[in-house]
Amino acid sequence: MSDRLSVFKTYKLFVGGKFPRSESGRVYEVTDSKGKWLANAPLSSRKDARDAVVAARKAFGGWSGATAYNRGQILYRVAEMLEGRREQFVAEVADAEGLSKSKAAAQVDAAIDRWVWYAGWTDKIAQIAGGTNPVAGPFFNVSSPEPTGVVAVLAPQESSLLGLVSVIAPAIAAGNTVVVVTSERSPLPALSLGEVLATSDVPGGVVNVLSGKTAEIAAPLAAHQDVNAIDLAGADAELAKALEVAAADNLKRVLRPQPVDWAADPGTERLMAFLETKTVWHPTGSLGAGGSSY
Amino acid sequence: MAFEYAPAPESRSVVDIAPSYGLFIDGEFREASDGKVFKTVSPSTEEVLSEVAQASAEDVDAAVKAARKAFEKWSALPGSERAKYLFRIARIIQERSRELAVLETLDNGKPIKETRDADLPLVAAHFFYYAGWADKLGHAGFGANPKPLGVAGQVIPWNFPLLMLAWKIAPALAAGNTVVLKPAETTPLSALFFADICRQAGLPKGVVNILTGDGTAGAALVAHDGIDKVAFTGSTAVGKAIARTVAGTDKRLSLELGGKGANIVFDDAPIDQAVEGIVNGIFFNQGQVCCAGSRLLVQESIQDELLDALKRRMSTLRVGDPLDKNTDVGAINSAEQLARITALADSGEAEGAERWAPACELPDAGYWFAPTIFTNVTQAHRIAREEIFGPVLSVLSFRTPAEAVAKANNSQYGLSAGIWTEKGSRMLAVADKLRAGVIWANTFNKFDPTSPFGGYKESGFGREGGRHGLEAYLDV
Amino acid sequence: MPTVPANGNEAAERLASMAAVTASDGALRRFLHGLPGVDPVGLEARAAALGTRSIKTTAKAYAIDLAISMIDLTTLEGADTPGKVRALSAKALNPDPTDRETPRTAAVCVYPDMVATAAEAVRGSDVKVASVATAFPAGRAALPVKLADTADAVAAGAHEIDMVIDRGAFLAGRYLSVFEEIKAVKEACRRPDGSAARLKVIFETGELSTYDNIRRASWLGMLAGADFIKTSTGKVAVNATPANTLLMLEAVRDFRDATGVQVGVKPAGGIRTTKDAMKFLVLVNETVGEEWLTNEWFRFGASSLLNDLLMQRQKLSTGRYSGPDYVTVD
Repeated sequence: MSDRLSVFKTYKLFVGGKFPRSESGRVYEVTDSKGKWLANAPLSSRKDARDAVVAARKAFGGWSGATAYNRGQILYRVAEMLEGRREQFVAEVADAEGLSKSKAAAQVDAAIDRWVWYAGWTDKIAQIAGGTNPVAGPFFNVSSPEPTGVVAVLAPQESSLLGLVSVIAPAIAAGNTVVVVTSERSPLPALSLGEVLATSDVPGGVVNVLSGKTAEIAAPLAAHQDVNAIDLAGADAELAKALEVAAADNLKRVLRPQPVDWAADPGTERLMAFLETKTVWHPTGSLGAGGSSY
Repeated sequence: MAFEYAPAPESRSVVDIAPSYGLFIDGEFREASDGKVFKTVSPSTEEVLSEVAQASAEDVDAAVKAARKAFEKWSALPGSERAKYLFRIARIIQERSRELAVLETLDNGKPIKETRDADLPLVAAHFFYYAGWADKLGHAGFGANPKPLGVAGQVIPWNFPLLMLAWKIAPALAAGNTVVLKPAETTPLSALFFADICRQAGLPKGVVNILTGDGTAGAALVAHDGIDKVAFTGSTAVGKAIARTVAGTDKRLSLELGGKGANIVFDDAPIDQAVEGIVNGIFFNQGQVCCAGSRLLVQESIQDELLDALKRRMSTLRVGDPLDKNTDVGAINSAEQLARITALADSGEAEGAERWAPACELPDAGYWFAPTIFTNVTQAHRIAREEIFGPVLSVLSFRTPAEAVAKANNSQYGLSAGIWTEKGSRMLAVADKLRAGVIWANTFNKFDPTSPFGGYKESGFGREGGRHGLEAYLDV
Repeated sequence: MPTVPANGNEAAERLASMAAVTASDGALRRFLHGLPGVDPVGLEARAAALGTRSIKTTAKAYAIDLAISMIDLTTLEGADTPGKVRALSAKALNPDPTDRETPRTAAVCVYPDMVATAAEAVRGSDVKVASVATAFPAGRAALPVKLADTADAVAAGAHEIDMVIDRGAFLAGRYLSVFEEIKAVKEACRRPDGSAARLKVIFETGELSTYDNIRRASWLGMLAGADFIKTSTGKVAVNATPANTLLMLEAVRDFRDATGVQVGVKPAGGIRTTKDAMKFLVLVNETVGEEWLTNEWFRFGASSLLNDLLMQRQKLSTGRYSGPDYVTVD
């Protein structure tokens, strides 16, 4: 072992493609499962939440308007970049969740593969969730899914990376932009994921990462009139109820917390959770004024 | 002084063509069992590019056995692992796309502008799209756990060599099949380079096997007892022969064959864009496109105006060196094809249609045919009925939408059609009545991996692309 | 039908033969709305495809000199002074002091109150003075004010007037009002000796918003006597684009086919690099051909474009890349 003194990393938020400190100027101590100090994480305030929503809204037009193919390429690029930083994340997840190296590695590998899973979904969602409708009349009628908008996501508390990726990736694959509140106790893998996203061609503001007290940050997000949906994965039952009540004010789409095995096949539930269906009618008419037998 | 574009040739040095290539069987290149070879030439210069192996029946057997052996493990892999192999292939194609574009232009004769901006991006996108399906087959609407068919024997044409390879191999592999693919005799090189991409991607040996050769190799492949599926793109005549070959067997069959696409222009069309669509429809890839808009049906009230505009536009087409970045129309793929185009065009004149081509200087060496239109064509003329597969447009007129539909449908083929009108309801009504597998409205020759492609009637059956394209490779 | 330039008596006669379509608001609307529609995807695809032309070596040298000769070197700032305008004019007369073979720009383009200064500075050369007028850039002034603005610029020595149309009236469907205003401004371009300044009509395509509107505005402007049709003021978010310029080139081509009158095209705003300029020249070359490949019939409204062209020109002659310290900043 060399006796060289290592350089610590300053963990920062990820908002609008930039890495600000918390507006509050405050941090909180993050420790490993044995109580050893790991780092100070930014303690986000309601103003950070507000800034993150502004960034997510600004990014929504471009991201939802990008081709599905383009979004797929970008999500796959995230997997490539994450694979390149695999060792770093194995160490962070092992510390964060008190896992052995090999168990942490399995979590990281599953997180990488999850990006690949959703990368392949971007241009297939419409093919399983949309379609033409044989209405009884001379009309062409087609239904297509569209993203809901800005989604606030409370990341799972216990699964610092795999759980986090499992809630972010489906929302953005569908074309939403997100403000994610990290696991309160284990925010470091999420803050590092911001660095991966920043170097993966993901446009700034598509994913915004806030660390801090879940309940404190979630409250303004749930009440925010410019947030369209909220995923309560990281909320306990009591908090989830309060947030769902607040969310009713502008009829946010709410995904309630439920027990999830993050390692299992994710299916399409989260992919479909934040979609609107748009149905378009257009007359077809006949070929001539006198009708036609063709 | 006029604005003349100086030569802007794409560099040939990005591609390194070996003097000879073997067959790619079970992960390795090997000579043909009987040592036979044939030459592949550049259609624009007749220069010999390389010498490739001519697969024998014995080689076909070896390739099918290798694919059969590889099938067990490949089909048993989790879909997510197959997906990652295909994503790797998609990415390597993107990385090597300039090299492959130049190679394809050399071997096929099509302009570098097209290989660079159309073929290669579509090839990579196709692998990317089907990579995503490999772990989602249970969501594709074919049951919870659909199974692959086994070994697919695939025979592809020379007009889009690498793209047709992608259309065949990507869905086959995604669904868990292994493949033996035979590229066209005149354009074997990009498939052999694809074999190298499989190597770089670490694809297990035997999953993809490439057999070069002429029609006898293709016939031996589709007749082989060890394959479960035949997929063919090419002429309707060969497609029918293949259908007879597989009759009475358990082999699944999908066919993508000829066409005589009608491009219908109504009097309320966006005229400037319609002209571009007509040009793109028949001169893209020198018209050697099964879904080409080879019949222009124009409403009589705008016929003169449209033809004037079309001729003016055709006069700006740049015919010549396919490697020049400013070339719009390249070389015909082979002497044989050139002879066929020439014969059909001559029949057009003989039968009384009026021939027109812009003044353009054609190179001395190589196989060339000037962009040509025929006016005063009737439904009875051969050039209105037979697929020319070249840069030759037959112009017919119509008076009413019903007449346009009747004429468009009056064909043994049913692959593609175009509709040009600013009126949405007319577009949808006409599209509804057309008996063709792909209808383009106010556009033409658009392709996307998510969009199913294939024909009605003698244009074949089965669809390639999209969710539908999986069906051809699943046991459903 | 022989082609005649838009600025001349023959053209006026030809346009008079079209009087039926401009006889009333209704007739004009029916005519403009009867023009073929524009499919935006197809138009933009065609413009983008022409943008992939590769212009090299001798073609590039030709195109760079042609582009320089087509520039209306422009300064349209509230902070303009006679000093600034004199410097700009000097640049127009002698773009590259290290190479006297460099072509001059077509014109300098200034506000009306700077016309006299500019005219003095370019006197005796073939560089023209173009002046924006008609309450540029918004055009929100009463007609007499616009006409006075125009007449003042012409009297001060402007060879060319760049007017803006009333976009409000156009978007409200009051086509005849726009038409009459252009005609009145054209009249105000006349000099006492019977000659006239050439009139460029600016549509502000970014505000017209749709391609169908741009095609209609093009025909409206040409029917009213425009010598040039011009995309933009350079003062809004979207200015000249390859697609809107291609569409206007198609319009002047079709107008000449219909009337025999040749009208020029001037894209303005946002064209900053040699690469951009090459794309526009390719559009001209392959849409209307060499009859428009002269500064009589095609202009660039630009300022920073010139230095980029000069740097590329130096690169062609020396073989090494130039830098901003080797062209003049005026």
